[in-house]
Order: sequence, then C-alpha cells, then structure tokens
Amino acid sequence: MVKINDVTKLYGDTAVVDHVSMTIPKGKITSFIGPNGAGKSTLLSIVSRLIAKDEGEVLIDGEEVSMTNNKDLAKKLSILKQANDINVRLTVRQLVSFGRFPYSQGRLTDIDKKMIDSSIHYMELETMENKFLDQLSGGQKQRAYIAMVIAQDTEYILLDEPLNNLDMKHSVQIMKVLRRLADELGKTIVIVLHDVNFASVYSDYIVALRDGKVIKKGPTEEIIRNGVLKEVYDMDIKIQDIDQCRICLYFS
Amino acid sequence: MSHKTKMTLLAIGSVVAIGLFLFIGLTGNWQYILERRFTRIVAIAVTGAVIAIATIIFQTITNNRILTPSLIGLDALYQLIQTFIIFFYGSTNLSATNQTINFFLSIGLMIVFALILFKLLFKRGNNIYFLLLIGLIFGTFFQSLSTFMQVLIDPNEFLIVQNRMFASFNNVQTDLLYIAIGIILITLLYLLKFTRYLDVLSLGKSHAVNLGVDYNRVVQQLMVIVAILMAVATALVGPIMFLGILVVNVTYEMFKTYKHSVLILATVFVSIIALVGGQFIIDRMFNFSTTLSVVINLVGGVYFLYLILKENRTW
Repeated sequence: MVKINDVTKLYGDTAVVDHVSMTIPKGKITSFIGPNGAGKSTLLSIVSRLIAKDEGEVLIDGEEVSMTNNKDLAKKLSILKQANDINVRLTVRQLVSFGRFPYSQGRLTDIDKKMIDSSIHYMELETMENKFLDQLSGGQKQRAYIAMVIAQDTEYILLDEPLNNLDMKHSVQIMKVLRRLADELGKTIVIVLHDVNFASVYSDYIVALRDGKVIKKGPTEEIIRNGVLKEVYDMDIKIQDIDQCRICLYFS
Repeated sequence: MSHKTKMTLLAIGSVVAIGLFLFIGLTGNWQYILERRFTRIVAIAVTGAVIAIATIIFQTITNNRILTPSLIGLDALYQLIQTFIIFFYGSTNLSATNQTINFFLSIGLMIVFALILFKLLFKRGNNIYFLLLIGLIFGTFFQSLSTFMQVLIDPNEFLIVQNRMFASFNNVQTDLLYIAIGIILITLLYLLKFTRYLDVLSLGKSHAVNLGVDYNRVVQQLMVIVAILMAVATALVGPIMFLGILVVNVTYEMFKTYKHSVLILATVFVSIIALVGGQFIIDRMFNFSTTLSVVINLVGGVYFLYLILKENRTW
C-alpha cells in the first residue's frame, strides 16, 4: 500500500504540492487529474523518490521511500516519466533488458531473459524487438518503455502522462494494457492523465488536484460529476452516460 | 564486423604502434635509447588511457557527447599554478625546476580544488549542470589570472611558462611516472565498484533512479574519480584539451553500443594508437619541430567543430 502523509513541496515560497494526504489502494488503477500546474507530476515524482519532498512522508508497505534501499525499492516500484529521451541508441530488446537491472545488476540470467521475452510479448513488440528506438513511432516507443517497466516486475507502477502525444488508437491500446496489468497481474497503477474521459473510463479511483491541493478523491463515479469537475477545471462540463461510460463533454 | 574483431584489430594496432615507436631506428647505444623510449611510451600510453576513461565516464554522467572533463576547470588551475610559481618565485626556484615537488604540488592543489567544489555544490542538491557552470567560471577566472601574470613577467620566463601550457611527453621522470601509475591503479580499482552502473547512468537520471541506482552517491563518487584521473594525467604531462573528446567519439562511432565494458577498453586502445602513432610521426617525420598536443588540439578542435555542426543539423 502507498500512503502519502501530509506531503509538501516548495519551490521558493510557492507550494506546488500542499499538505497532500492519501492512500492508494492496491491492485487498482488510480488516476491523478487536474489542470496544468496542479502538482500531479510533482506528486508522482515525490512518491517515486525522483524529487525530494520538503515535508511529510511517503510510506510504501510501511517504509518511508527516502529511507528505503534504492535497489530494493526498484524491485517494488517503477516510474516512467513523460519525457523519455534517451541519448544512447538502443534496440527495443536492449531497452527492455534494462528493466531487469535491479535484479541482475547488468548480468542477465535465464530468468531475466524469460521475463524480457514475456514483457515483449505482452506489449506485442516481437516483430520489432531488434529495431532501434529512434526508428519507431511515438506509440511504439511508448509501448517499448512500458515493456521495460513490465520487465522490472514491480508491484507498483507509476506513469506520468503515458498518453502524451499519442493518437486515439494508441492511447486506448495503452490504457487497455494497464487495465490488464491491474486485473490479471494485480499491479497497483498510479497514472497522471490529462484527458478526463480516459480517467473516467479506465480508472478505479481518481484523485482531483488543483494548486497543489487535493480537491476530492474517491471512486471514479464520485469524481466524474459536474460539481467536482467545475471546482477542479473551472469549466462547466456536461456529463453523459454512453454505453455505461461516463463521458465528459468539455469541447464547447 | 563484430565487436570482437574490431577490438582485436584495435589491440593489434596499439601493439604495432608501440612496437614501431620502440624499435624503429634503434642504432648506437641501443640499451640507453630503448630505456628512454620505454619511459616515454609508458607515459604516453598511461596518459592516453586515463584521459580517455575519464572522458567516457564524464560524458556518461552528463549525458552529453561533446563535453570534456576539463570543464571542471582543472586544466586552467594547472596553468595558473605553473604561472604563479614562475611569476612569484622565478624559473630558477626549486618548485619550478624540481619536477617532483611540482608534480605533487599540482596534483594536491587540483584534487583539493575539485573536492571543495564538489563538496560545496553537492551539499545543495545535485545539479550536475550547475557544477559545470561553476567549474567553467572558475576555469575562466584561473585563465584570466594566468594571462594577467604572463603579460607581466620577463619574456624569457614567459617562454618557460608557455612550454608548460602544452602537454609534452619528452621529459617525464621515471619515478614520478611510477607514482602516477600507482595512484591511477588505485583509482581504477575503486572505479570497478561503479562500472556496472555506467550503462544505466547513460539512460539519464530518472531511469537510473527508477532502476535502483543510488544516483547522488554514485555520481559524486564518479566525479571524484574523474577529477583524480584528470589531475594525475595533467600533472604528469600537462594539459591535453581535445584528446578525450576526439578518441571517445571515434570509439562511439566505431562501436555503436552503450555497453561500457566494450567502450572503455576500446577507447583505451584508440587513445593509445592516436597518441603513440602521433608521437611517432612527430618524432621521426617532423623531427620534433612541433609537439604532439599541438597536433592533437588541432585535429581535435576541427573534429569538435564537426560534432557541433553535425548536432546542429539533427535539430
């Protein structure tokens, strides 16, 4: 379980994350939504120890993140940031192999190789496993990165805007994979999303943030409501049920 | 060609270059000549290897292929130390003439400077680019101070200062060489603890942290290793600016891989071939009319411009 207690992050005098507390349920998909600058990505980076917090604590299975041994934590929690530009030229397979580093420290065993194969299979990348990343399209690249995270085989997976710059087809494809990861493999997935409809359709829980504060958190159907979204986005958003999905109409 | 064939070719190339350097034109008192040449070749090979290794580590940490460790300001500090000694004590003073004292003084000051710089900057978060910026400013400051003193001193003294501003393998002292090798070996042994992290570091900070690398600690230790290696190489032969960039990038081009186990060994060979081959040409064909580091800086500088222009085009 991930427990966030009263976490604050300051840049100068402004709090980008302001006394945030929450518990992230296991085996479910939790989405962070909110306008630009709400502190969603910062919060995710704090949970994954990429950024140091100024106050509060983040407990993963009862242990404070910043005190945990890095190697052990890497077997438990993985993070994928939104900008993934890697300077080195890697093939898909080489990238996915890096996901096994916490276990193998660079020397791949047979178990590692099996995990790499199955992650590549899971993301349907077999046909392009020997292609270089810079030869792939945005969607394929994103799938390769997610395959690396799957190879890392962590209980908690944090993704920072994984749908950035992807078209509808690839976005849906990736969200479906995440759904399967949660349902079939019991992974706990935390994801920052910009599109409320993806959050509405695919997540179990939603945390709505604004100006570094949690406006409301809870099961999806409690958050995707006119009143809540108005408070978060400052927009009148009409919500309609279409095929059992709650869809937000925010275009006009 | 597979990596293995390329590596074998490079190894053979290095051995051939060393052989040529040692045995061509061996006439007269061959024992004496061979001994002299041997000291020089060891100095050349060691410096080349060390600079290449330091540059590869540095570029991996910074994720940038056109940076060199001289950005920390060590070269400039070395020049300042040399100028300072001659400016205040004259070229006949003991610390200017005695290579041993000079060697330890330079090494000590450079390492102390690097450690203080790292200590100050790593305390307030770990921003490697901020460190480079400060290093660059210090480097410029040291250079300006040196230039200031150089224009004031006697022209004869200035010639001596100028001589030291370029690396030279012609008068390396044997006992200093062995001390330097000792320090380098200890540092490289320490480096072994961190080599497995290098591949992951080349993915960038967030991936490295995600994969369980204790990023701040590892980067700090690696920076200290780079500083020690650069300090020893510089104190031994003087500053060679572009050698690192040159050989490391040639290696990247030859071995299109991210694996540091391959890259580090290969770059050592490339560096040895470049330096030994270059020195051979200068000794035998140009009859010492120029020094190797002038040639290296010329070739390296041109290559550096090419790299910048190439990067520019890809944007």
